[in-house]
Amino acid sequence: MMLLRAGIGRLAWRNLWRNRRRTLIMLLAVVVGVWAMVFMSAMMRGMVDEMVRNGLDQLPGEVQIHHRDYRDDPSVVNSIAPPAGDLLAALQQPPVSAWSARVRVPAMVSSAHGSRGVTLLGVDPAAERALGSAPRTMVAGRFLDGVDDRGVVLGQRLVERLETGLGKRVVIMSQDPDNNVADRGVRVVGIYSARLPGDEERFVYGGRAAIQELLGIGHQVSEVAVIGDGYRAVAPWAARVAAAAPELEVLSWRQLDPFLDAMLTLQDGFALVFMVVVFQALSFGLVNTLAMAVFERVREIGLMQALGMRPGLVLQQVLLESVFLLGLGLALGNALAWLSIKPLESGIDLSSVARGMEMFAMGSILYPALDWRDMLLSTVVVLGLGLLASLIPAWRAARLDPVRALNSH
Amino acid sequence: MNISARLAWRNLWRHSRRTWLTVGAMVFCNALLVFLIAVQLDSYRMMIDNTLGAFTGHLQVQRAGYHEDQRMQQTVPAVAALADKVRRQPGVSAAAGRAMAYALASSEQRSFGILVTGVQPDAEPSVSTYPGLVSAGRYLDGSEAAEIVIGAVLARNLKLGLGDELTFLGSGRDGGIAAGVATVVGIVDSGIAEVDRGVAQIPLGYFQQTFFMGDSGHSVVARVDELDHTDAVVASLRRQLAADSELVVLDWDTLQPGLREAIQTDMISAWFMYAVLIVLVALSVLNTQLMSVLERTREFGVMLALGMRPGRLGRLVMLETLLMATLGLALGALVGAAVVYYFSVFGFSYPGMAEAAAKFNLPPRLYPQVSALAVFWGPVTVFAGALLASLYPALKLLRMEPVAAMRAV
Repeated sequence: MMLLRAGIGRLAWRNLWRNRRRTLIMLLAVVVGVWAMVFMSAMMRGMVDEMVRNGLDQLPGEVQIHHRDYRDDPSVVNSIAPPAGDLLAALQQPPVSAWSARVRVPAMVSSAHGSRGVTLLGVDPAAERALGSAPRTMVAGRFLDGVDDRGVVLGQRLVERLETGLGKRVVIMSQDPDNNVADRGVRVVGIYSARLPGDEERFVYGGRAAIQELLGIGHQVSEVAVIGDGYRAVAPWAARVAAAAPELEVLSWRQLDPFLDAMLTLQDGFALVFMVVVFQALSFGLVNTLAMAVFERVREIGLMQALGMRPGLVLQQVLLESVFLLGLGLALGNALAWLSIKPLESGIDLSSVARGMEMFAMGSILYPALDWRDMLLSTVVVLGLGLLASLIPAWRAARLDPVRALNSH
Repeated sequence: MNISARLAWRNLWRHSRRTWLTVGAMVFCNALLVFLIAVQLDSYRMMIDNTLGAFTGHLQVQRAGYHEDQRMQQTVPAVAALADKVRRQPGVSAAAGRAMAYALASSEQRSFGILVTGVQPDAEPSVSTYPGLVSAGRYLDGSEAAEIVIGAVLARNLKLGLGDELTFLGSGRDGGIAAGVATVVGIVDSGIAEVDRGVAQIPLGYFQQTFFMGDSGHSVVARVDELDHTDAVVASLRRQLAADSELVVLDWDTLQPGLREAIQTDMISAWFMYAVLIVLVALSVLNTQLMSVLERTREFGVMLALGMRPGRLGRLVMLETLLMATLGLALGALVGAAVVYYFSVFGFSYPGMAEAAAKFNLPPRLYPQVSALAVFWGPVTVFAGALLASLYPALKLLRMEPVAAMRAV
């Protein structure tokens, strides 16, 4: 029986190459289809990853802790005490890898030439760096050098709009908890650029202690941003942190930004839909090719059946031909996808449509992300649906009546 | 029907299953393309309409440089008179003058940095949808009274209700301090947090007094009858205003550069998918036609030996493809149009679309329209692809040797 199996395999392989040109064209179609599936998935995955990364940068953190009223009313009044006791203990436990307590209040920044409404962040520079939410690129000057730093760091676009510059003074206006205007002239010690140009106009950084003093809120903060070991699985440790701070609102990024959550969920669905659609377009050609191959061999199949070959083996043989064809196409298609994505992984420059990308919450460089799960999915889709489609011609071949088949021409 | 056409038609149905499978691939691909392109066109149209209709308008007249720097001093003199002039332009359906200033808005309990817009209460509703979104109270009513309409989130954050007073503090055109106290007469609730946080509108006359603007403003916003006519209207306005070199006419693409780029980005990924589908169908056609040529080698050999010109045989094969592709085009366009029609009545949506749509000013359900462009764009491309694919088998015929062909197996 083993011998027979091996024989069938060899037969199927040889049959495949009897009409070389036809097989090659079909193979080309499978390769193009598989390449497109994997390539497109890598692009989409890259886009969504980038969206989520930018989103998390903006939030920032995978989990945020606030006063229960802060999100609805982001005022200095809704501040919280810095983490202590149970909460502090929970934040020092893995998988939490970094956290930062920050003051975050609406404010006005004015220069001699104009004023803008901004979000003022009072931060601890070391903690922000650990969190990965400190500005990545300083265009001029330096980032804050400690919580007591009395200077401010502005985004490049804001500096342009206010016509100010490094070393110049600007006035920051906000309110203290008693609704008195709290203002102070401060020096611009650094200018940063952000991945999303809109952020450059929105966020102004100052030393935490200096801002707390300006606002008169003692050691209180507006939010605590926390990150763990990867944004896809935050729920378990977010729950543990929440249990340690029952009086506060502890939310994961999925709750903070439903858009990102929806995108991440959508992505996997889209990848599958795209693959199935491409396969559908392929399947017509596949069935056609196999049907033709069977049709040409009607007499031959009849003869083999007359000599005692079971219909089951005929079915197997046709299916094997299909598997060989698809398997070869999958291997070549995946290899081609890998070869075409690898050189692009350092990033595709899309700065010509940067402002459009910003509408998608993305920076101007797209990093395709090749994931073995997409390759696996394409294999499952192509082989699974491919065998299903091949059943029709295979079934017809197996059910041929030997006598009639032998007499056909 | 001439002899070639009849011959081609009959040849097609010698293998009716194979022909139907190839036509099926075309119909599937065409119907899918019709549907996708209709959804795409509709979402682009909505994106443009909703984004521009909300506030930006189709074109604006501003002082040169204001769009980049947004400085208080870059004013348009006699803005109301200019708005009247723009409104009288052929092709312009509405126009309104505006002025803008950043200010610190304070209620008794809270302060926020906001962008205050001075609007012409009688003209603004025709260029922007915000006035129509007043959910409590009323819109400004044409007076120069100290009244303000604010967004719902801003109202909540400032803890203001109808009839309450809001103080705003900013700098006037001359750089001096400008301050005013206005009564909240209306609250705009659009459901989009960014809008509801940002809207703060006061009558233009009152704005001009408070910020020492005289009769000037910062822009004239206009809507045109038809989006496609924007360029023509912009050109004629530019000619009219050529005398005043300080003023520039900006079209929506300049005002909202992200919009066109977002559409372009989306187009690129959409076209990648379309191209893959078209290539797969073309390969399927190529395979079918090549097979049908190869299996008729002897027949063609005989025809050549009887004196038929190779060119005519090539045309015969092309004609077969043409008939097949026409069938695919007609059926595909029909099925696609039917699908689009169904969704134009019942709407189209998928899970997670609402979150994604809100980001691009889109409604949660799309109602794609059946249009000639949507119905024929894709299918005609597939048609051309199929004809192109059959060139290879047709050209093969030109080099066929009658004697060798007749001896072929």
